[in-house]
Amino acid sequence: MARKKNRMVQEVNAGSMADIAFLLLIFFLVTTTIASDKGILNVLPPKVDPNVPPPDIQKNERNIYTILVNANDDLLVEGEYRENADGLDKDVKAFVLNFGAPDEEAAALYNSLPASLQAEAARNPESSDHPSEAVVSIKTNRGTSYEKYLEVLDLVKKAYFDIYATRANLTTDEYRALGGKDDAEQALIDKGKEGIAMQISIAEPDKLGSN
Amino acid sequence: MGKFGKKNKVSENIPTSALPDIIFMLLFFFMVTTVLRDQEILVEQKIPQATQLQKLQKKTLISYMFIGKPKNVALYGSEPRIQANDALMNPSDIVQWVNQERDLLPEADRGGITISLKVDKDVKMGPISDVQTELREADARRVLYASVGKVANN
Repeated sequence: MARKKNRMVQEVNAGSMADIAFLLLIFFLVTTTIASDKGILNVLPPKVDPNVPPPDIQKNERNIYTILVNANDDLLVEGEYRENADGLDKDVKAFVLNFGAPDEEAAALYNSLPASLQAEAARNPESSDHPSEAVVSIKTNRGTSYEKYLEVLDLVKKAYFDIYATRANLTTDEYRALGGKDDAEQALIDKGKEGIAMQISIAEPDKLGSN
Repeated sequence: MGKFGKKNKVSENIPTSALPDIIFMLLFFFMVTTVLRDQEILVEQKIPQATQLQKLQKKTLISYMFIGKPKNVALYGSEPRIQANDALMNPSDIVQWVNQERDLLPEADRGGITISLKVDKDVKMGPISDVQTELREADARRVLYASVGKVANN
């Protein structure tokens, strides 16, 4: 003999739920950090074995692009004083793509480049012979600030990434974002890099300057 | 003239039932994009800016190392120090630390260990190069100079 109750429109009061959710939200805002796993990737040279004398590499001076940074963060690029690093990426790019004295392999590489990169080749006999010979050397001082060092390294990397991206027909940002997750991406990466290895030498800082 | 009818007064209830949903959405967004702070950072961290940032695919391979001026100057002095795993260490401890970190990784990935150097921008190159020498000694040669994106000004 159950009596029928009056059916009323029942509304659950959800107002306090928002407060609870807010509390959770604020807890997460406070206790977490946004992950920043981005940065400039660099591979250090292998450690020097004291028993093996360093290989005697004969490099012509013209194939090395020297960037010196002193303790006051002044730059000496290829023997020329610079107040700041602006435009360094363009100069490095011009240096890498100089094709001063290409051998057979480099001539084939030159022919495979897109026209916009071919136009960069100044063929200056004073500058690099061809990209696989070209080395960019960064030398700092113990007193150089890390910020300046990173700025210079950043610009040199930009020069290379610009070249790679143009070869792969992408913008620089798109090229850098390629992760090599599948074969298509890997193929694009390889297309950019082929024959032009990123040769950046980071010399050990000399002892001058502070600590 | 003057024939505007008076509206009846209705008790007005703004429906707020969608509010929790919105906030939950925000909450989930934060839960997904952030990580819990797993260690207290004892050194100052003003990460320098750069443009050519790359992202690593495998996050598990990264070990973090923080370099900067200690926050607690009275206790640790004002010279830049290295922090890894919640403790300050000397450059001579790096080889051991790298080996420990490497042992935590699966066998196949040990060669790909990457050290993310989170360096304060006021640090000079001297301590950095000491660290790099030690990392070369420990054969952990993949180094990520952590930095944040710079907005291009041209």
